[in-house]
Amino acid sequence: MKIILNNNPDELSFTEMTVQELLTVKKFSFRMLIIKINDKLVKRDDYDTSVIHDGDKVDVIHLISGG
Amino acid sequence: MNMKNFKEILKVKCIGIAGCGGLGSNCAASLARVGIGKLIIADFDVIVESNLNRQYFFYDQIGQKKSYALRDNLSRINPAVVVEAHDIKLRPSDILNIFKDCDVIVEAFDLAEMKQMIIETVLSDMPEKPIVSGVGLAGWGDSNSIHVKQVGNLFICGDALKEVSDEMPPLAPRVCIVANMEANVVMEILLDKNN
Repeated sequence: MKIILNNNPDELSFTEMTVQELLTVKKFSFRMLIIKINDKLVKRDDYDTSVIHDGDKVDVIHLISGG
Repeated sequence: MNMKNFKEILKVKCIGIAGCGGLGSNCAASLARVGIGKLIIADFDVIVESNLNRQYFFYDQIGQKKSYALRDNLSRINPAVVVEAHDIKLRPSDILNIFKDCDVIVEAFDLAEMKQMIIETVLSDMPEKPIVSGVGLAGWGDSNSIHVKQVGNLFICGDALKEVSDEMPPLAPRVCIVANMEANVVMEILLDKNN
């Protein structure tokens, strides 16, 4: 499927995948993230159940400590 | 935007500042200077000497509660600003209650876990409110890496890379750039939205 990931086109060899699967495949290793699918927030508790489909716009934002 | 009447617009706006440390105190100071009508500030912490290398406090305030000391400093900068100070460690229910009348919320926590908590709370339960966050401000130099990224109602200021550590502590110049970038984004949201 083709998605837009952090504003860049991306192609994945799945027809659909959960948010958690995306994080694993893409090796997003930071602990604290903000994730949106089509501009809607996906909470941490829902990473295993929220599904990404072909054509979705996905934003994965890393949060790091400091402030 | 008419540069002459921006003051009239800012005077009726209310900004929430979550955290009164390096980001929050400096962001609040700038917003007080430009004449925001009301600032709602919250922090549970106490001022220690090591805070003074970046936070908008003074040597004679060591030992005071950050929220109350900041309220005093903001009133000295601009007595016309209404400052509501909360000495509290914010949880989701507190965020929804304390910041419910704010036009924009500024995320100024230090721990990534707290940043995630407030961003998720605001984006899910107060989705109409813009939230401006500070992410990545450690060390010195590398000014050009500091930028603003917008994703819907979430605005992220910082370099999004440099986490604070003993080897790379937060220091005034870079912290204040990010804190003032947050204040600058707040102004942009308030004044351009009004257009």
